[in-house]
Amino acid sequence: MIRSERIWMTAGIITLIVFLCILGVAALHDNIVPPSHLQTIDPAQVSQTPPFDKPGLHQTGPKQYDAYLVAHIFSFTPESITVPAGSTVTFYATSPDVVHGFFIAGTAINMMVVPGWVSDDSHTFTKPGTYLLLCNEYCGSGHHFMYGKIVVQ
Amino acid sequence: MMTHDQLRRENRLVIAHMYFATIALMVGASFGLLQALSRAQWAAAPAWFDYYRLLTAHGVLNAIVFTTFFICGLATLLTYRAIPRERSLALGWIAFWVMAAGSAMAAVTILRGNATVLYTFYAPLKASPWFYIGTTLLVIGTWIVMIDLIANALWFWRNRPGERLPLVAHGSVTTFVMWFIATIGVAIEMLVFLIPWSLGLVPKVNVMFTRVLFWYFGHPLVYFWIMGAYLIWYNLVPKFYGGRVFSDALTRLAFILLLLLSTPVGLHHQFMEPGISPGWKWLHTMTTFGVVIPSILTAFAIFASFELAAQRAGVKGFAATIAWLPWKNPAFTGPALGMILFIFGGIGGLINASYAMDTVVHNTMWIVGHFHITVGGPVALSFLGAAYWIIPRLTGRRLWAPNLALAQTYTWFIGMAIMSTAMHWAGILGSPRRTDNVSYFGAAAATSWMPQMHWAAIGGTILFLSILMFVAVAIGTLFTPKTEMDPILPAAVEEEALATPAVLDRIGTWATVAIVLAVLAYAGPIHELLTMHTYGAAGMRTW
Repeated sequence: MIRSERIWMTAGIITLIVFLCILGVAALHDNIVPPSHLQTIDPAQVSQTPPFDKPGLHQTGPKQYDAYLVAHIFSFTPESITVPAGSTVTFYATSPDVVHGFFIAGTAINMMVVPGWVSDDSHTFTKPGTYLLLCNEYCGSGHHFMYGKIVVQ
Repeated sequence: MMTHDQLRRENRLVIAHMYFATIALMVGASFGLLQALSRAQWAAAPAWFDYYRLLTAHGVLNAIVFTTFFICGLATLLTYRAIPRERSLALGWIAFWVMAAGSAMAAVTILRGNATVLYTFYAPLKASPWFYIGTTLLVIGTWIVMIDLIANALWFWRNRPGERLPLVAHGSVTTFVMWFIATIGVAIEMLVFLIPWSLGLVPKVNVMFTRVLFWYFGHPLVYFWIMGAYLIWYNLVPKFYGGRVFSDALTRLAFILLLLLSTPVGLHHQFMEPGISPGWKWLHTMTTFGVVIPSILTAFAIFASFELAAQRAGVKGFAATIAWLPWKNPAFTGPALGMILFIFGGIGGLINASYAMDTVVHNTMWIVGHFHITVGGPVALSFLGAAYWIIPRLTGRRLWAPNLALAQTYTWFIGMAIMSTAMHWAGILGSPRRTDNVSYFGAAAATSWMPQMHWAAIGGTILFLSILMFVAVAIGTLFTPKTEMDPILPAAVEEEALATPAVLDRIGTWATVAIVLAVLAYAGPIHELLTMHTYGAAGMRTW
């Protein structure tokens, strides 16, 4: 290997290692990990399986909420939830039919909703406003009508 | 020795592949144009317009059929020329017709509206069995191409003892061995899961299992395209500026590294999914970063080859070297402009693979921008550029309208830069990918990304015009006068390059290592899925 090649490769590989270290610190120290819930559910029984038999918002503490949403063709149930500003909401979502997306524009909530599994992730809504919840995985002919809203007051 | 007739018969096979690829590109791109215009809401969509059906056709025809046919033609051509002999073309033609029949079967099923499942065909969206059978035939056809390439390499080793397998044959065979290892995943998905299920033999499907199998194949698929572009960058591009391959050893090393590292990375497409532990996602983050190494090797080799050739011509310095390159030869400008786009494609790819950072961009238009600036950048532009050099040498006719060809490469570059930048930006704002109408009845977030949709439509229109220019040149070159052409031979290797370690030619051994790495990367997540209490999902037609 010639000298310039060695320098270039060393610099490149060190850069990669630095990137990985940054991601590693973020993952292990700051606990920034992608949503990876391992809970399963029978997609044919979603409407009879608690807590998805009564989807909606449940308060678990001061400014702490669990939100159970069913993503189905071509809407979310419930279509809208309202929380006070500063609330931390943990979203749980599943699908009784095909694969959907669960994305709240302007936040880091971005999950795949896969029939047979439950997805979860949480977010603290500091700024008041109406957030657009949308399906960002193709699910059929009405995919672009599949949206909801998170109202933060 | 080879007869003139043998050469002509081989050329005809390669011409069939390349023109089939051109038809797929043309048809698929015309659907792409309609999508860009429709998302910008420039024209009221006619009643017959079905966004998702044409989106499926666009993805399958451009990302799968165009690329696969071109690479099969290119690898066959380079291997045949590197190993000249009298040979039967039976396998080559069987492969072509199996691929063509499969592609036609899938395309007709899609256009008739019976497979609006996009080119990722995620279960439990259930398409007509003809779609799954057609795409599986396309893959099986490529395996026949691989068998043909390996048979030629074996013939070489048997009949030329002590000689090194020619560089282009090494690259071609390595590319197809990688492809074979990767396509085993999608073949299992099709043959074991989706085809029996779509035929009604099995009632339900394990959705996560099919997704893991798909992405086991889905990421190496993009390296298959990149390896096709690398075959051109390493072996053909230096010819266009009177240069040489920088190093035989480095080139073989880059292809072997891609063989090893392309497959154990697929989970980085599934970061946002349930059913897979964060630990396995983290493992695939690291392996994905590893696959960057052959790319930085390649970047070094390309610039080193530029510099050495410029020095021989008495040109010194970075700017002077770049200016000295043949910016008026479309065979050069295609791959070279593609390389520039690849810089941004590579950086975007690192962001996508960055574990939790993917949250910001997953399934947004950013991904569509990334996809277009990679497969539509370095890959497609290198293929089209190389075609300007290859096609006249196959048909024995001079290139029709070389200035139009030159303009095509620059127009493509400009169109792709505009469209891809707009898509990346819209994605950061949150605009979803694969969505017909992204206005969401005037929601505030949606109004923020609509301007980017207009830019994407402008870029997309320029790209479509560029493709029309390519098709015009491709057709025109079938009718220009016959002329004597130089033979299709790869660039020579720098004389001062270091000797190549013999171990780099042991493709079989490296393939075994690649399989071991793939098993190590996937044993954990697959074991996890198999031991979980899972529920199947019934198939659905939601379109």
